[in-house]
Amino acid sequence: MMDMDSQIWIIGYGVLILKLGAVLLFLLLMAAYLVLVERKLLGRIQVRYGPNRAGKYGLLQPFADTLKMMTKEDVVPDAADRIIFLLSPAVVAFTALLMFAVIPFGADITVSGHRIPLVVTDINVGLLFIFALSSLGVYGAALGGWSSNSKYSLLGGIRGAAQMVSYELALGLSLIPVVLEAGSLSLVEIVNAQADLPFILLEPVAFAIFFISAMAEIKRIPFDLPEAENELGAGFHTEYSGMRFGLFFLGEYVHMQVLGGLIAVFFLGGWRGPLLPGPVWLAVKIVLVCLVMIWIRGTLPRLRYDQLMNLGWKVLIPTALLNVVFTGARLLW
Amino acid sequence: MRVDLIDKEPSGPIQAVWEGAKAIAAGFALTLKHLFRKPITEEYPEFKRPLPSRTRARIILTRDPDGGERCVACYLCSAVCPVSCISMQSAESEDGRRLAAWFRINFARCIYCGLCEEACPTSAIQLTPFFETCERDILKLVYEKEDLLVNHGGKDPDYDFYQHAGIVTAAGGKGSHIGEDRPVNVRSNMP
Repeated sequence: MMDMDSQIWIIGYGVLILKLGAVLLFLLLMAAYLVLVERKLLGRIQVRYGPNRAGKYGLLQPFADTLKMMTKEDVVPDAADRIIFLLSPAVVAFTALLMFAVIPFGADITVSGHRIPLVVTDINVGLLFIFALSSLGVYGAALGGWSSNSKYSLLGGIRGAAQMVSYELALGLSLIPVVLEAGSLSLVEIVNAQADLPFILLEPVAFAIFFISAMAEIKRIPFDLPEAENELGAGFHTEYSGMRFGLFFLGEYVHMQVLGGLIAVFFLGGWRGPLLPGPVWLAVKIVLVCLVMIWIRGTLPRLRYDQLMNLGWKVLIPTALLNVVFTGARLLW
Repeated sequence: MRVDLIDKEPSGPIQAVWEGAKAIAAGFALTLKHLFRKPITEEYPEFKRPLPSRTRARIILTRDPDGGERCVACYLCSAVCPVSCISMQSAESEDGRRLAAWFRINFARCIYCGLCEEACPTSAIQLTPFFETCERDILKLVYEKEDLLVNHGGKDPDYDFYQHAGIVTAAGGKGSHIGEDRPVNVRSNMP
């Protein structure tokens, strides 16, 4: 017979696996359908239908795409650095998925006296964890571009690295006021600090900076210089095909959701909201942020490289620094 | 929404930011408006756009009003074809009409340029708007004479080549054709 402690341990382990499974399933399904929603909305913005052949309203399109990418040939260029080439898509998808681990998606629930937190793991430096992973994500793009041994990929990878490094600064600086307000680096605590008022009302400037840098971080239009189709022919993933390309794609859309989740956690009150349960509110907020990102993609043109750097270094970072000073001053007095 | 193309130079940084923000907001409003418009897409297999009658696609061999084959196997279409997709063998019927013993168009090669139709002296070969000729087996795109022949006159239904050509056929002898005088008796036609 097992003693009580190991029983609890095993049940706790099972619950953790369940949470992981639920989050993974949610993220992957959402990523698949985000692609469909994005294609549909972009289509409608351009006064056309978007995919509508696979299933009713094109609802089976994600499955058709997955099937296609799974069965396609996985081409590795002769001159490529094989190991790095094969691994870098996984880096992108892996870091994007892992980031969601610290995002809380509900209040703690109590089952027969045991508290189950609705977050995969609540680490007290969750914010640093997020930044560490999003910095690692740069390697996916940079190494993927470099190892392809193609000039367009290399240019894309280098652009990606430069862009993500410069916007990471603004991303981090914009969150310092949030941390100051919440008094904690744990995402659970940050959400709890917004019980009365979401931080977007307290820190609109930080929100704007975070949103813009987040768009740059996930390489979306208007910051899609690393993959600029019409300049670099898909940039760092030019040479990728089949499911490895699919992983880049998946990583991008998971990253989009993660940043939606982060924006929800840092500025929109996380899972908090009236009437509906926590996870639903978080999902609603993530979808809302993603829809806005799609709208932006349908509207804005790509920035030029010098404009991108100007915006990052000369506008966002100084503004973020000033915002830190002002928030600090406001909280002191 | 009207955006002035010739903008006045913004006088200061604040005004520049304001102008920029206004321009971006106008863009977002426009895309949002388009989001709720009905798409103008014509969905092809369900909706087939009526094509103009002179659209150049699937080639046919037409017949004259009496039902006879118009093609006289003169090889002009085959000669003018830039991709050499038309081939035939000429023959002659008992009453003196020329015709193609066999006539073949390789639609896998055809570029639908319409030069054959222009070259044809008898209005026999014509291009039609029907374009859905896909096949999985490329050899099925080689059309023989019986696949090409139709039972109408196409764009030129009343034209009958042998009513104009001064050749003796079952359709008529010398002098019976349109615009043709009776043959002159050269022995009595002295100066």
